[in-house]
Amino acid sequence: MTIAPDETPPVVTASAANLLTVPQLREIAGAVPDPEIPVLTLHDLGILRDVQLAADGTVEVTLTPTYTGCPATAVIAGDVETALRTAGIARIKVRTVLSPAWTTDWMSQDGHRKLREYGIAPPGACQPAQSTPSALTAPRSIGLTLSARCPRCGSTTTREISRFGSTPCKSLWSCLSCAEPFDSFKAI
Amino acid sequence: MTAASLSSQPLDNDDIDQADIDQAALATYVLGLGDDALIVAQRLGEWITRAPQIEEDIALGNIALDLLGQARTLLGYAGEVDGNVTGMPRDEDDLAFLRDEREFRNVHLVEIENGDFAVTMARQLIFSSYQYELYTALLTSIDPTLSALAGKAVKEVAYHRDHATQWVLRLGDGTPESHERMQAALDQVWPYVEEIFDTADTADILAALPGIAADPAALRPAWSRYVENVITTATLSVPTPTWRSRGGRSGYHTENLGHLLPEMQNLHRSHPGASW
Repeated sequence: MTIAPDETPPVVTASAANLLTVPQLREIAGAVPDPEIPVLTLHDLGILRDVQLAADGTVEVTLTPTYTGCPATAVIAGDVETALRTAGIARIKVRTVLSPAWTTDWMSQDGHRKLREYGIAPPGACQPAQSTPSALTAPRSIGLTLSARCPRCGSTTTREISRFGSTPCKSLWSCLSCAEPFDSFKAI
Repeated sequence: MTAASLSSQPLDNDDIDQADIDQAALATYVLGLGDDALIVAQRLGEWITRAPQIEEDIALGNIALDLLGQARTLLGYAGEVDGNVTGMPRDEDDLAFLRDEREFRNVHLVEIENGDFAVTMARQLIFSSYQYELYTALLTSIDPTLSALAGKAVKEVAYHRDHATQWVLRLGDGTPESHERMQAALDQVWPYVEEIFDTADTADILAALPGIAADPAALRPAWSRYVENVITTATLSVPTPTWRSRGGRSGYHTENLGHLLPEMQNLHRSHPGASW
């Protein structure tokens, strides 16, 4: 996706691009919060793939979606553009690439901690698609999967209610110890 | 949909020489995959607020959303490749909303009505298991857009397949009534299986795309192993239908698609260029 500025860039902004280094630009883009789980930044999620500064001062940001149909993808691209514009950048290109496919293994340890504190169980280590938990691996057993730890009381005596939750990236669980329902970030 | 378009890997990849690839065949192939995903997403969306429990409303909505995301990538790519031939590239919205029935290339399985929950789960078991094998095969496609999408989609589809598996097991091995209705659902949907793997209408296209397309006939053994294992584990029988559907990939459809399209396309056609 390309978001090209419609307006003529103000004069000061051209110099702002020159003043900021790529690591600084990366920090600005990476600090943008996820619109659906605002406690996480794009850096925490691991979906900010690349930030480049072109010779003409254009800042090129590459993002990867968590899920192909994630409706937050367009909002995130817009938020990145706004953040860079606020920092004085006039020429911004945001594009989305699918490959290599995002995995929850790219989420930072800080991200895991923030999710827990927010009340969402962080994802476990990712398994290859071929071994994604299947009801068939243990016939007659419905929903066999590793237990998610309750982010509220820490118990592992929990039950998966549904593999699909309020956003594509989460599943719905219930804690059998403290009786609270909670979201768990799916490992993919 | 117009707010953002997913652009995948650039076309000018060094691995393949685009000039050597039959663009018309590629566009037709990708269109078929995109139409399958789009139409089944539309059907699943019809369940929202009507599912037997709220968790299923959410699950079916999530699955539809994944499929819509795959359809956007596939239709966007099909429109771009087709534009190389016609000189008139079309975007995902043009293809989803401005084509008529005879221009759709989906198999009949995805357009049949939802029926009861068991019929939808039977269709989901068949379709998601097929898509799982399809995307697994496309992981090694030399087409960078298809392999990039496959890497993403195979993970999503693994969840779809497991969702359907859990329900077929639960209903088949449940009460006498749930068993009977799950078997009736499989019997109703099974005549649409053969068409998915049939290459009679697409042989020329597949032959023109070696290393790019996945031959559906080659996906069948692994598909059969998985699906038949689910069905027998659920104490159900694999149906032996007396008729089979055909023609979807050539643009011949059942009456069902004629009812689905106006509902899907009405808003876009009534308010061209509308967005929010």
